[in-house]
Amino acid sequence: MGTLELDITVPLRSFRLELAVAVGRETLALVGPSGAGKTTVLRAVAGLVTPECGRVEVTGRALFDSARGVDLPPEERRVGFVFQEYALFPHMTVEQNVAFGGRTRVAELLRRFRIAHLAQARPRQLSGGERQRVGLARALAREPDVLLLDEPLSALDTHTRAGVRAELQGLLRELDLPTVLVTHDFTDAAALADRVGVLVEGRLLQLGTPEELIAAPVTPFVASFTGANVLAGFAKPGANGLTEVGLESGHVVFSSDTAHGPVGVVVYPWDVSISRTAVADSALNHVAGPIRSLVPIGNRVRVQVGPLVAEITSASAQRLDLTLGDDAIGSFKASGTRLLSRDT
Amino acid sequence: MPAIRAGRTRSRARGRLFEAALFLAAALALAFLVLPVAAIFLRIPPGDLVSQLGNQAAREALVVSLKTNLLAEAIILLVGTPAAYLIATKRFPLRSLAITLVELPLVLPPAVAGIGLLAAFGRFGLLGGELEAIGLSIGFTQAAVVLAVLLVASPFYLRQAIATFEALDESLLDAARTLGASPARTFFRVALPLAAGGLGAGAALAFARGIGEFGATIMFAGSLQGVTQTLPLAIYEQFDVSFDVSLALGALLVVLSAAVLLAFKLVPGWARSSSTSPFLSARSVSS
Repeated sequence: MGTLELDITVPLRSFRLELAVAVGRETLALVGPSGAGKTTVLRAVAGLVTPECGRVEVTGRALFDSARGVDLPPEERRVGFVFQEYALFPHMTVEQNVAFGGRTRVAELLRRFRIAHLAQARPRQLSGGERQRVGLARALAREPDVLLLDEPLSALDTHTRAGVRAELQGLLRELDLPTVLVTHDFTDAAALADRVGVLVEGRLLQLGTPEELIAAPVTPFVASFTGANVLAGFAKPGANGLTEVGLESGHVVFSSDTAHGPVGVVVYPWDVSISRTAVADSALNHVAGPIRSLVPIGNRVRVQVGPLVAEITSASAQRLDLTLGDDAIGSFKASGTRLLSRDT
Repeated sequence: MPAIRAGRTRSRARGRLFEAALFLAAALALAFLVLPVAAIFLRIPPGDLVSQLGNQAAREALVVSLKTNLLAEAIILLVGTPAAYLIATKRFPLRSLAITLVELPLVLPPAVAGIGLLAAFGRFGLLGGELEAIGLSIGFTQAAVVLAVLLVASPFYLRQAIATFEALDESLLDAARTLGASPARTFFRVALPLAAGGLGAGAALAFARGIGEFGATIMFAGSLQGVTQTLPLAIYEQFDVSFDVSLALGALLVVLSAAVLLAFKLVPGWARSSSTSPFLSARSVSS
């Protein structure tokens, strides 16, 4: 049952956070650099921070409304908040922690989160993944109307993360509550959320599905945040109706986008192919350079050629026999090359 | 080769000499600190010490000390704990001033504390007139002893309590609120249990300070046997009359203080706050 509507202004240290967004029975991820105000949004919904002005409503019930003088204290808001380091009460057992929010569903929650065997354990005896499950169970014990997750995966080591992410994905789908989660990692956001909002210095730069953000980032920041290469350069009209961009690295590339002046050239690593010798093809952009880094990730390899990062399969990397320092060429289509103007 | 070896031997000898000097200094310091306390117990046979305690002045002093200090300690805990919690967790205007005021009695000479109490609550003090009107004359009564102890001992508790509450992980308190706990329930079920260790250490410090108070007590409450004569005051008075009784009372105070210290150290949680120095360098109270 629910929609979370918020429209708030919160003055922070060096800027003002201004955010207006509605979240239905879906998961919204707020991403952005540290200090952008993401956690403040969660705290404002929970009532731990009072906005300067605005509204926070859940299904018509006002939790905060500066115009009407409504400001419910946190204990009356019925929000479930999972803190970044989980904030489990160290002097209580797992069972007591979960029961703190409400006694009626404790046994059921312990079972559902597979922590029943840990009921009498203390938080310090638990692993990161177990603590997260306790934090979630505890937040849900009150049957909240809204779920708030602050960096739910960042306290976990890389090995545990992937597994927990998958579990969390399933859980959020099941719960069907308006959920806002904060993360600085786009991959986590893309996996867990239906929509992603990019928050930078208190402002929402873009709000859309992860696919929309990748396909059509509105600023170079959003593009690079989703994992794209953003190469700085200067654009002017070129041959064949294409735009010619002189990159700061010295290379020249072409794009089917139209732009003038300082731009960021957006190329996704998985759109770049690597070769040893140039292939004569006018539809392709070529960036030649020394191989600066080779990083295997799972069954793929991230290769940096000059200023460009490419992601190719391990098989291709092996076939090409790539070594650091060798010269190679990264190629990508002109038609897929996006240009975003850079405000100087 | 021999020259080098000789050189190494010479520098080793210098090093050992330095270490010996350090040990000597430490031994001297410890001896000086221990000697007066040891002397109290060694000057006369233990049997005599105990029998001197049968003296009426001694017994009455013990009763006065215990009554007044236990009452003062109770007040310090009941009023001081919520006060410290507020100061530690809420940002309010003039917060730094409040913290400085709390620390002020720490640097106040006891005699000045006594004068201050007289100036405030004595018959001719600021509130003297009002108090007399409702039939209360505090100076030179047992209540005066309690007030004197409160004034000098409470800063020790408050300082430690504020530091302990400040050290609590705020996200735990936030979590409790989002889980439906009112500020009061958050205090009793989360803040207090987690702060218990530090609060206990503060309580021990305050009790130890209070039980040894002399200057403020003698000025504001006087030294009336059986009424306001606490153990330290009795030691001072008996000192002219019977040195042996003084010794016995001194020994009693040492045992009492040591017992309090040990009791608090033995409880596991409290043992974690290891420093018994009133000047906590780890956490500065003023922020």
